[in-house]
Amino acid sequence: MSTAGANIAMQSQVSPARQPLLSVRGVKTYYGNIIALKGVDMDVHEGEIVTLIGANGAGKSTLMMTIFGNPRAREGKITYAGQDITRTPTHEIARMSIAQSPEGRRIFPRMTVFENLQMGASLHNMAHFDQDLERVCTLFPRLKERLQQRGGTLSGGEQQMLAIARALMSRPKLLLLDEPSLGLAPLIVKQIFEIIKELNEKDGMTVFLVEQNAYHALKLAHRGYVMVTGNITMSGTGKDLLNDPQVRSAYLEGGHH
Amino acid sequence: MNAPSITTAEQTQAVTRTFDLGAALKDSLRTALITLGLSIPILAYKTDQSGADLFLTPRWGLVAIICAIVFGLRMVLHAFTASRAYRQATPSAHQATEPVHAEPSAFQHVSKFAIPLFLGVALAFPLIIYLIQGGLNESRYWVDLGILILTYVMLGWGLNIVVGLAGLLDLGYVAFYAVGAYSYALLSTTFGLSFWICLPLAGILAAFWGMILGFPVLRLRGDYLAIVTLAFGEIIRLVLINWVDLTNGGAGISSIPRATFFGLPFTAGEGGFAQTFGLEFNGMHRIIFLYYLILVLALITNFVTMRLRKLPVGRAWEALREDEIACRSLGINTTNTKLTAFAIGAMFGGFAGSFFAVRQGFVSPESFNFLESAIILAIVVLGGMGSQIGVAIAAIVLVGGPEILRNLTFLQAIFGSGFDPNEYRLLLFGAGMVAMMVWRPRGLISEREPSVILKERKAISGSLVKEGHG
Repeated sequence: MSTAGANIAMQSQVSPARQPLLSVRGVKTYYGNIIALKGVDMDVHEGEIVTLIGANGAGKSTLMMTIFGNPRAREGKITYAGQDITRTPTHEIARMSIAQSPEGRRIFPRMTVFENLQMGASLHNMAHFDQDLERVCTLFPRLKERLQQRGGTLSGGEQQMLAIARALMSRPKLLLLDEPSLGLAPLIVKQIFEIIKELNEKDGMTVFLVEQNAYHALKLAHRGYVMVTGNITMSGTGKDLLNDPQVRSAYLEGGHH
Repeated sequence: MNAPSITTAEQTQAVTRTFDLGAALKDSLRTALITLGLSIPILAYKTDQSGADLFLTPRWGLVAIICAIVFGLRMVLHAFTASRAYRQATPSAHQATEPVHAEPSAFQHVSKFAIPLFLGVALAFPLIIYLIQGGLNESRYWVDLGILILTYVMLGWGLNIVVGLAGLLDLGYVAFYAVGAYSYALLSTTFGLSFWICLPLAGILAAFWGMILGFPVLRLRGDYLAIVTLAFGEIIRLVLINWVDLTNGGAGISSIPRATFFGLPFTAGEGGFAQTFGLEFNGMHRIIFLYYLILVLALITNFVTMRLRKLPVGRAWEALREDEIACRSLGINTTNTKLTAFAIGAMFGGFAGSFFAVRQGFVSPESFNFLESAIILAIVVLGGMGSQIGVAIAAIVLVGGPEILRNLTFLQAIFGSGFDPNEYRLLLFGAGMVAMMVWRPRGLISEREPSVILKERKAISGSLVKEGHG
């Protein structure tokens, strides 16, 4: 895929005067001597769903982890709500109303669903725990039935729901989701994407979504970025990217939808 | 949909029919009777030739022992098959699309009675022994054994915080035990401080050393962590041997002041414990006092651990054991979490250490070798990582077991008078370990009790849950 591809003009939706909630500027991340991100620029504005698509090994998850400070960006700058978080430790970033549902769900298998959710509420905002529990239980009724069950006994879809619910317990303004559709049945994927949409529309939550499932992700997102081997090669509205011939040939045709 | 309902009926039948005690007893009795019948011609009489005459020597005692063994084995077999049938009848967790309403396991049934029973026996132990042995002096051996077991229960519970809850494999736990013991020994012999002042100091010092160990190993996990902690344990021991000016080297520190009953010494003379309470002086008063002291210390360890598990820090420990990356992305400071686990675990090791010093009146580096660490770790692993009652049972088995073996003199009746069961201690220990690996690889009590119970207890057997990382 060539980088000369149409760099679809965007930014029409959001006025340029507004500061982005999350901004990534020239970020380079290395694993040892191997460069994984080769200078990434990206913005997420408040109230948006932004998706990042790309092939395996493109650096999508690395970008998400870099935003969370693990691994740390060697060059460049990441700001969240006007604050420079490039050098902030991971656990402190997690307390700045950013929540992350990491790749591979990473729920606590021997702890109950309830305890998993308690962990998500983190250490300082237990005050409105009951309220938040109620809220995620309405979003994910299946979890409510299973509060006393161990995380490891849930099915894959339920575990993914738990991972998202756990991230929501900290009342985030910005939700980072890494491949929520991984290994799930199409029906469950649809459910999860509907919930993401609901969170965005009803609660105004900003969502940054890393996905392999390009079709669903672009359909859902306001804007999208395409990443190829550590570089952002394209960006645009979800709709534009969906209709872009290059995106279609690389990520959609022959794909699953 | 007729066919599936039949299988469900069968399943539920199998589940309810877990362990029929009456039937098992009857069958075991029948087996024992058959053994008896068989052993009459084979075992009951021995022919001894003396000159031209043949004498019959009756050996009914042996027959009785064999029958008892067969009876016991048959019962064990019944229990084993029943639990296997139960396990097979329980639906697999991976197919669980309905909430799993697992029947409480046999261990959970037992634990309902076992905990009050254990506590009651532990509290009444000196009295029971006194009544059985019929005198204070005669019961000394058993109370001493009780103290030894409780010390290991306490050490096991302390290490359980680090290994069982936080999932940090620590092979050098005995170092903190040593720090506690030497803290009391040095503070009391040098400055004349009493046990009750030294006890918290020993705990604080051990916690401090726990943090010192914690800092360099924060980034390590699994095998690497284990090796560093192993080295740490050895370093402490070697320092104790070689820093002769302070620790008196390999000769150790002797004449450490004995424990007093809150200021009243256990002596025969004026102002002693016995005289103050109008009792006849007996050395056993001190031993029984030590027994209750370690019991209280162990129960405090247990109580604190149980409370901490329900607090955010305890939950963070367990989450850390399950998944470190997820922890960090949820805003948990893994550095602090690990350090608190090391420090609190070490603190209880320090308490136990100063108890050890006050009980022995003598400490030397000999007592704090790697084997001690290994035994404590074995107690935690055999008991089931994170399970408090499991650790207590494992401590009784691993520490009390060899002592009981020493007393199995009746085995000499079978294997001849030259037989010393104690020589086979390590062999049996190894066989027990192998048996555990095969049948209960996650320890005696592998179920993890949820820290929060909503409405009703619905704990699920640990074997149904996929193991976490690390």
